[in-house]
Amino acid sequence: MGHPGERRTWHLCAAALFLLLMPLFHPSEPSAEEDIPKFFVPPPPFSEGIFPCSQCHAGMEANPTRRELSYHTEIAKGFNHAADQRWCLDCHNPDDRDKLRLASGKLVSFEESYYLCGQCHGTIFRDWKAGVHGKRTGYWRGKKEYRLCVHCHNPHRPRFKPIKPLPPPMKPEDIKYRELSPEEIPRNPLNEILRSERVERK
Amino acid sequence: MSRESDRRSGRPCRSISRRDFLKGTAAGIAGAAFPFGSTIVSVWESFFQKHFREMSQDEIRDVIERLQREYSEKFDTRIDINARKAIPGTLFGYGLDLSRCIGCRRCVYACVRENNQSRDPQVHWITVLRFKKGEKWVNDLEGAEKYYYPEKVPEEGFFYMPVQCQQCENPPCVKACPTQATWKEPDGIVVIDYNWCIGCRYCMAACPYGARRFNWGRPRIPKEELNTETHYLGNRPRYVGVVEKCTFCIQRTRAGRYPACVEICPVGARKFGNLLDPNSEIRYCIENKRVFRLKEDLNTLPKFYYFFAT
Ligand code: HEC
Ligand code: HEC
Ligand code: HEC
Ligand code: HEC
Repeated sequence: MGHPGERRTWHLCAAALFLLLMPLFHPSEPSAEEDIPKFFVPPPPFSEGIFPCSQCHAGMEANPTRRELSYHTEIAKGFNHAADQRWCLDCHNPDDRDKLRLASGKLVSFEESYYLCGQCHGTIFRDWKAGVHGKRTGYWRGKKEYRLCVHCHNPHRPRFKPIKPLPPPMKPEDIKYRELSPEEIPRNPLNEILRSERVERK
Repeated sequence: MSRESDRRSGRPCRSISRRDFLKGTAAGIAGAAFPFGSTIVSVWESFFQKHFREMSQDEIRDVIERLQREYSEKFDTRIDINARKAIPGTLFGYGLDLSRCIGCRRCVYACVRENNQSRDPQVHWITVLRFKKGEKWVNDLEGAEKYYYPEKVPEEGFFYMPVQCQQCENPPCVKACPTQATWKEPDGIVVIDYNWCIGCRYCMAACPYGARRFNWGRPRIPKEELNTETHYLGNRPRYVGVVEKCTFCIQRTRAGRYPACVEICPVGARKFGNLLDPNSEIRYCIENKRVFRLKEDLNTLPKFYYFFAT
């Protein structure tokens, strides 16, 4: 390869090859719904036994009328999400209740409910994809786990619910060195509150 | 174990004389600029040759083995210590979204759990400050309320600002240390060698953010709550009389993971990543949000960015 001319030909070949292959790595301008690989998220936070919805809805007629419901009563009563313009079947698919439906008519699974939310909350969705709205856990340098919007926001009452804070620090004047047996060393209050929140969610 | 033997272990034997030597000069260092003439520097260099950064891999391994032996005697359980080096091409940065933070203090105690802070006497590396909306704030860290404890958070009319080590690019604490027991690593983390710290607390006085903590008493942690996965420059158990602070969870982040406070945050207000990677979430924050840093006028250049996403 020592000859300069040879090397140039090689460079040209490499450049041509690169141009040829580039479209493979940069597919045409992605559409809003497909510009991202599947995000790795924990399973949707359904209440126990509610999914699949089709276990009840399979034989049921869909009813788009705004009304009091005899089932899912809490959801309907507490519904507070731009409620004067919206009702259940603006998000839930009338024909196959196991899917959500976008304004475009496209169906998405509950594992991808962020597409649904992203239709109306575009800026937040953009921040979410970048890992800035909502959160990522796992590896900053590797596999990241996202949270669905609905892990933090109830889709029917999306305002974040206030929670109990952990205790404030001790005041410097209250910190005194005292003799303690191993059992008397204070435990971390975090573990207790995480346990109780887990129970509450059930 | 006595206080002295507690703290000395792991140090080269010359440290005794180094300490005596320092006793005579510390005041002079604090008052006037240290004379960095070339001959003096070389004297100091030879004097400090067993500093952590200058140890060979073998020497580090020996120190770690000795520490692990001591810890396992003291805590009656095995503590793993690693000395993983900075990942080339990384400079860590942190973002905190003040429009999300609800002041719940989950981060404070997740940090305690991850980083083996003393439960009694109590040590917290993160302090959450509460401010009234509309009042002057940000740089009035001392005047802020940190003992708030309502039934539920967030409270109407308030916002919250957690403060921890800001990992300055130009850290005044490092300059104040007379023994070079604290320094900035290549990935930007300011670390402390607990076996070199003499507890003079000059660094605490120098820190404009109140981010450093002193172990006034022997740190105590319930055995079943010890985190046994540790880094030499991070969460390994500390001694009485040494200073400690946030290290961006060096034991996690050098292994590619997120810091514990990022993972616990229930509202996702905390962001972390590599400032040198244009695709990291921290770069996204800096480029798309209006970020600010605390006490910018001091030219400490923190790598901890606050912003309001909405
Ligand atoms: C145990 C049976 C059952 C399950 C499981 C169930 N539903 Fe329903 N659902 C009902 C009944 C009954 C009604 C009608 C209530 C009425 O008309 O008062 C209803 C009504 C609805 C409605 C109102 C619109 C309409 O067509 O009447 C929506 C939307 C809905 N369900 C969504 C879901 C979704 C989404 C799931 C799964 C996550 C689900 N349901 C699971 C029983 C069920
Ligand atoms: C803004 C879009 C939207 C609207 C409007 C909406 N839903 Fe939902 N709903 C969702 C999403 C998204 C989920 C999935 C939550 C999850 O993953 O746990 C869901 C979940 C459900 C579930 C399962 C809840 C559970 O306990 O796990 C039921 C039942 C349901 N919806 C019924 C309704 C009914 C009835 C209405 C009308 C009163 C309605 N939804 C309106 C988006 C919506
Ligand atoms: C069809 C449009 C639409 C869709 C789809 C939609 N939203 Fe909304 N959302 C709105 C509008 C409009 C508001 C503001 C009005 C309000 O607060 O009720 C809103 C408000 C919110 C708020 C702020 C609530 C508050 O009180 O601060 C949150 C959080 C939210 N949405 C989350 C979601 C999530 C999560 C989803 C997906 C499950 C979603 N939205 C899907 C239109 C939508
Ligand atoms: C880790 C939890 C978390 C996740 C995941 C999350 N959010 Fe939020 N979001 C919050 C918090 C906390 C707030 C601020 C409190 C509030 O106003 O309710 C918020 C606020 C909002 C608001 C109100 C406007 C604003 O900026 O304050 C909207 C709209 C919203 N989120 C939509 C979404 C959508 C859409 C997704 C998914 C693409 C999502 N969120 C994912 C925690 C989360």
